[in-house]
Amino acid sequence: MGDPLVIADHVFSSRLIIGTGGAPSLGSLEEAVAASGAEMATVALRRVDPSARGSILGVLERTGCKILPNTAGCFTAKDAVTTAGLARQALGTDWIKLEVIGDDKTLLPDPVGLLDAAETLIDDGFIVLAYTNDDPILARRLESLGCAAVMPLGSPIGSGMGIRNPYNIRLITEAARVPIILDAGIGTASDAALAMELGCDAVLVASAITRAERPAVMAEAIRKGVEGGRAAWGAGRIPRRLYAEPSSTFEGLPDLE
Amino acid sequence: MNVTLNGHSRSLEEDATVVDAVRLLDPEFSPKGVAVALNGEVVARSQWNDRRLHEDDRIEVLRAVGGG
Repeated sequence: MGDPLVIADHVFSSRLIIGTGGAPSLGSLEEAVAASGAEMATVALRRVDPSARGSILGVLERTGCKILPNTAGCFTAKDAVTTAGLARQALGTDWIKLEVIGDDKTLLPDPVGLLDAAETLIDDGFIVLAYTNDDPILARRLESLGCAAVMPLGSPIGSGMGIRNPYNIRLITEAARVPIILDAGIGTASDAALAMELGCDAVLVASAITRAERPAVMAEAIRKGVEGGRAAWGAGRIPRRLYAEPSSTFEGLPDLE
Repeated sequence: MNVTLNGHSRSLEEDATVVDAVRLLDPEFSPKGVAVALNGEVVARSQWNDRRLHEDDRIEVLRAVGGG
């Protein structure tokens, strides 16, 4: 396998992680997951509803995705730690996408609660993938605590606003020694390509796929965006210049006056 | 005994355990993919049969759903 993504010794060939929230049906979701080529998918924990039909776990089993439970909806470190413990019980995994949300309007992370919960969970043996602001110093702190991956946002969850501060994402990827996964804000394939061109190791996409008019088509488009962006990152782009740089030489120009 | 089960007030026998609460919610439950919190603390599946409930306990029975 060329150019694998390695998170906590687990090897992935796909650099697209899919979030399973927001899909109109399990059937639509399954088509989208298959088209995305993703090898890991996030799930949330919610109250049992005996009337619910089908299971997200069935979809992920059939598509061969590793399950990454999240702590979405947790507003305190304590709630997030308890939710991670419940996910470990329900799903038999130590992996957790840690979210500690500070505000229900922006869903921006609470950095203080996030650091607190990350430390507790890492001490308890969890593999923590931390959803964080696009703050290079906070990313470094999360890495130092022992997070297996750091997941800076491009813009608020579900906003589709893309990457609002590409310079900060670049600072984060340049300094990181753990995988950086761009999480939240991706609206379309070009946003995913940009994330990879900025040096991210992977992207996590939920709403942009599940809420697209044609989720499976968008899943494939974003998969290609990720692949193109990753290749471009490795290819070494030309620098940006204010003025033109001719690609045709001036030497040998005829005098046509 | 009255408890709060997934946000609703429910009545259980005096000697009820966690597994009785789960069964009350879903008689055909499969423990695979399900987790329980009792008054905000995780109860390991191995303790569901033995862990006694008390008046006004808050029980949350959770499973995985779609989420980003």
